[in-house]
Amino acid sequence: MKLELRGITKRFGPLVANDHIDLTVEASQVHALLGENGAGKTTLMNQLYGLQHPDEGQILLDGRPVSFSRPADAIAAGIGMVHQHFMLVPVFTVAENVTLGVEPVHRFAGLLDRRRARREVHRLSQEYHLDVDPDAIVETLPVGLQQRVEIIKVLLRRANLLILDEPTAVLTPGETEELFAIMRSLKASGHSIVFITHKLKEVQAIADTVTVLRAGRVVGSLPPTAKDEELASMMVGHSVELTVSKQPATPGEVVLAVDDLVIEGKEGTRAVDGVSFELRAGEILGVAGVQGNGQTELCEALMGLRHVGAGSVRVSGRDLTNARTREVLHAGVGYIPEDRQGDGLVGDFTVAENLVLDTYDRPPYSRAFSLALGTVERSARKFVAEFDVRAQSADELVRTLSGGNQQKVILARELSRPLALLIASQPTRGLDIGSVEYMHRRIVEERDKGTAVLIVSSELDEIYALADRIVVMFEGRIVGVRTPAVSRAELGLLMAGADTGTAAGAAAP
Amino acid sequence: MTLLAGEPSGGQAPTGPEQPLREEGPGFRQVFVEGIVYGNSVTVTALAIVTGIVLGGLLIAFSDPHVLHRWAHLFSAPGAAFSSAWDSASSAYSAMFQGAVVNIHSVGKAFHGGSISSVFSPISETLVQATPLILASLAVMLPFRAGLFNIGATGQFIGGAFLAGWVGFGVSLPPVIHVVVAVLAGFAGGAIVGGLVGALRARTGANEVIVTIMLNYVMEYLLLYLLGTAYFRRPGRIDPISPLVQGTARLPHLFGHGLRVNAGIVVALAGAAGVAWLLKRSTFGFEFRAIGFNPRAARTAGIDIGRGYTQVFLIAGGLAGLAGACVVLGTDFTLTPQVYGTYGIDGITVALLGRGAPLGVVLAALLYAGLHAGGVQMQASTQTPVDIVTVIQAVIVLFVAAPPLIRGLYRLRARPVTSETRATPTITYVGDP
Amino acid sequence: MSVVAATRRRVATLDRRTVAGAFFAALGALDILGFGLGAHAGDAVFRFSVGGESAHVPDLSLPAGTTAIVLGSLSVALGALYAGWQLGRTARRVVIAAVMALFILALLCWVDAGNSPLNIVGLLQSSLTRSIPLVLGAMSGLLGERAAVINIAIEGQLLIGAFAAAVAASAAGMLWLGLISGSLAGGLIGVLLAVFAIRYLVDQIVLGVVLNVFVLGLTGYLYDRALVPYQTTLNSPGVYGTIRVPGLADIPIIGPIFFDSNVFLYITYAVLLLVQVGVFHTRWGLRVRAVGEHPVAAETVGIRVIYTRYRQLVLGGLIAGIGGAYLTIGSVGAFGKGMSSGQGYIALAAMIFGRWTPFGAVGAALLFGFASALQNILSILGAPIPSDILLMTPYLVVILVVAGLVGRVRMPAADGKPYIKS
Repeated sequence: MKLELRGITKRFGPLVANDHIDLTVEASQVHALLGENGAGKTTLMNQLYGLQHPDEGQILLDGRPVSFSRPADAIAAGIGMVHQHFMLVPVFTVAENVTLGVEPVHRFAGLLDRRRARREVHRLSQEYHLDVDPDAIVETLPVGLQQRVEIIKVLLRRANLLILDEPTAVLTPGETEELFAIMRSLKASGHSIVFITHKLKEVQAIADTVTVLRAGRVVGSLPPTAKDEELASMMVGHSVELTVSKQPATPGEVVLAVDDLVIEGKEGTRAVDGVSFELRAGEILGVAGVQGNGQTELCEALMGLRHVGAGSVRVSGRDLTNARTREVLHAGVGYIPEDRQGDGLVGDFTVAENLVLDTYDRPPYSRAFSLALGTVERSARKFVAEFDVRAQSADELVRTLSGGNQQKVILARELSRPLALLIASQPTRGLDIGSVEYMHRRIVEERDKGTAVLIVSSELDEIYALADRIVVMFEGRIVGVRTPAVSRAELGLLMAGADTGTAAGAAAP
Repeated sequence: MTLLAGEPSGGQAPTGPEQPLREEGPGFRQVFVEGIVYGNSVTVTALAIVTGIVLGGLLIAFSDPHVLHRWAHLFSAPGAAFSSAWDSASSAYSAMFQGAVVNIHSVGKAFHGGSISSVFSPISETLVQATPLILASLAVMLPFRAGLFNIGATGQFIGGAFLAGWVGFGVSLPPVIHVVVAVLAGFAGGAIVGGLVGALRARTGANEVIVTIMLNYVMEYLLLYLLGTAYFRRPGRIDPISPLVQGTARLPHLFGHGLRVNAGIVVALAGAAGVAWLLKRSTFGFEFRAIGFNPRAARTAGIDIGRGYTQVFLIAGGLAGLAGACVVLGTDFTLTPQVYGTYGIDGITVALLGRGAPLGVVLAALLYAGLHAGGVQMQASTQTPVDIVTVIQAVIVLFVAAPPLIRGLYRLRARPVTSETRATPTITYVGDP
Repeated sequence: MSVVAATRRRVATLDRRTVAGAFFAALGALDILGFGLGAHAGDAVFRFSVGGESAHVPDLSLPAGTTAIVLGSLSVALGALYAGWQLGRTARRVVIAAVMALFILALLCWVDAGNSPLNIVGLLQSSLTRSIPLVLGAMSGLLGERAAVINIAIEGQLLIGAFAAAVAASAAGMLWLGLISGSLAGGLIGVLLAVFAIRYLVDQIVLGVVLNVFVLGLTGYLYDRALVPYQTTLNSPGVYGTIRVPGLADIPIIGPIFFDSNVFLYITYAVLLLVQVGVFHTRWGLRVRAVGEHPVAAETVGIRVIYTRYRQLVLGGLIAGIGGAYLTIGSVGAFGKGMSSGQGYIALAAMIFGRWTPFGAVGAALLFGFASALQNILSILGAPIPSDILLMTPYLVVILVVAGLVGRVRMPAADGKPYIKS
């Protein structure tokens, strides 16, 4: 199926998310849509899938203009979408999820025909080598398999054009390779694929054509053989030089000592399984790894937010194993959580209130249960100026700020008190380049003041930019400790859980 | 080397262009005009009240057999039909006004040597009704700010009424001390019941809506049982009713014995002021609000959520208990199985009408109390059943809760970003607009 | 699974098992000490017929004290079993049910010792009919919450159903018209709930409470204004007579309890079966549950979320309205102010107690129905136990349940969250 988009425009209030987008996807092709966050990729695809409606422009399938008011229309026209956040009902089985909306039923009284559903799933699973059990409950499956459930769902509806929205964000390098194999076999059987991503390497590995979006516009189409630098500068709009200039670290005493830490996960598994490491003052330790390999649990356990099953955590010599969160904070630990809106901020609080979210109970912000509102206000104004938070005033609700400014509020709050240790989890996820630079600069400055810094990131670029030492986590364990001189290839293999010796062959295509 | 961050998680705030900075705060005139044009919360509330009263009037008129009779002859005598409907509703409402605010005739009489207290007795009745309403409503509103529902003000009210009553009739203490201890006992009684809910929620995650509903029944039966025992039953009576509260434990009248208004209203207003301080200026309030808006972030910031839940329900229960104390020590002077009335449920609607703010709660409770006090008068003088007041109250609250409905009804324009739309939790499609 | 994690889990569950086991043993001890040793002299006589059956079941006469001691000992043994062995899920439930049954039997022995015969069939019959509005109300709540809209307005749906049924049946002189009117009135509250919750995004718990207040006021007002002065024309609907199911009604014990009642009981059976099968085994149910668990996912596969929620709420209202109609034209025969007296809230609790499943909700509704029926009989027998305390127990049981005595409940994931299309 050939897809053409002509002059698609979509506005949200004053914001133009898509500005006269033209795009052609040929049949049996993988067409990569490359762009930064906020470039308008997902908005464009939501319109193609009938979730949103273009203000202007035309969609043509095999030369015929079409218009979708609901996803059902798009599905009927042969378009299928695998969302970045899976559209699966966690408590349903694979077969129930796959057939939802097109359930096979017995002729009698609309009773579900579970056998037929199971058979259909099994057939598709076999045909495309997807290896999914139709009776498994979706929430018990690893994300890689859940993604395949989504693909089966799309195939069952006889989609000829698949939209994959950031499909590799949650996958290990190994799982990504498997996904690419599936994409190739889909292509071979005549499907067209729109592959949304912001990762250059993946584009080069799988795409037949690349279209780059920036700020809602198409800025160019290239063959996938184009150079990294070319694609990157096209995507961000200026030549990029993002290596933070920093001096070599001068590590001091041990600040954080984690010894044989065990944290329980779901269903009796271990989310963190015997992790030990030390972190010294004036040093940045980068924890690399694909999301979901125990990093989140590790951070939460360090903060007293999650129960430690065994092992110990010591900060500046003090035992903080299973301490209350407030004790940890008082011990001089700062925390930038990975989900800033969920864990880091109270969206309906003002900027000022969020700036004292973990210090409101201490002087000078309060005395004997009574808040010193004047002091809170004054220091808020100071921090807003110092950290360049773009807000109308300190009384503005935090939820109205942009992501970058929200993250600055968290950073300002955590750096506002004397720290021995700063834990930052995915500190720049979803931020624009300017904010990323700013965050990185402040984190390095904090290191230079003698604070120990723990950075958790699934972005290798961020690890390289910040870390003085790198540990790699896989399935709850530390599988390698490296210096920043390590190669990307080696880190990638470690993140996939392979010993560097044995995995070299396995990762070859 | 390029560096590209991961995709954002869901619900990302739009990173639109910065809003232009406002030069200075809006003036009074601007607020006033915008209030009318866009329908801010004050306008919406006022229009909701008007709508409720109009609908109530229609219901009064068209359930009046006299009016229905006239309307059967609408086409032969349309004037009589409309005027009878108007008369029916307006006489009911004027009786209500006289029962709630002031009776014109008694003012006239007062100038000619009639009693002064009869002029103020409607207002006094309104204040008496408002006292437990304010407190019960605060008991609903405070947990609401911490993200919790308190459907259990009734049970907490009973706890407070019972302990206050017991201290009132079962214990002998010197005058001033007795009433103070009795009131505090009321707070404690409610706090025990409320604290239980909070502790269960904190320790076991038991849904507080269910627990409070169930505890209401448990407390109702417990009260019934206790009043049936020899110890708590009034000597010489076979029906479940307690002895009378001793004179030393009664809340003093504020303006002489002719008017029922008593120190309870002072307790209620102090409660409202206390809650206002708690929410706005205390570390407790900061914690409660943080928990209410985003418990995960509160926990990450070191706030003990379980303790917050327990504290908030202890205080809320205490407030509802005070409501019980004010009824037993201020007006009823005895415990009966129905002492809790409908204060618990009314507290929920008043809290909603008061928009979750202490001052709003006081005003809403006064309106409710006025409607109720007036409703009693209306029933007495026009035979319109007092239940109409409940209907009017419910309609008002329904409209207040749905500002878009009122705006649609009165053709008001919605402000581009209103507080209502911002406060609404949303499930949105994930993506980068 | 790692060894450490496994041990830890065992320790955690052991605690809860021990507590529950000890609780069961304590109930057994109460049976022995309170009901057994504290029993009046004489036998407890249980009667199993209500008259009219073709086969007569003889009375059962038991020595009250001894029986209670035996039952109590069994209970203690079950408690020990529960605490000492790791039982499967079904076995755990059987033990819990058995302990409760033993406790109730011991209680009945104690109450009836030396008293006139206690009619067990009558007691169960009455429990069943008393649970009719609870079951239908719970179905209303369930249909809404499976599509993620919380329905606190069951109480109002019952009350307005009762009112409309009484008025329509009286005015028209036809009971079936009352049944239909009651159902429609309940459906109307469902519509109001849907419009305000879905269209205007009013908080669903507050909304439900307000609607209940609204119905209470409206029916109370109209009752005073119209039903009292025109009692004979507007509030004398009469009551449905009993229908004996041929054959089945003649089965001893079972027959009179389940197959000798008026049309409402049979409607309840039908509704129950339809909802249970519908929710878990049909396309309709799968889609409803998808809407309740993950509305966005449902929308992306072409299911109309908003429409589904409207439909579920109206359907639920229609069913609860029938439950309300039972209160007047199925039971009392006249409308009284506030006559639903909190049964809607109990129905809500029953639904949660039953973990959002129809059969589970019925179990809980029967528990409430039984407590109410038992209290009624005990007060007739002049039992040595305060009826208020007895009436309190089902509510306490619900609190214990939601506090996790029998495990956590898992509600539909999107329950109570409004859905806004972008």
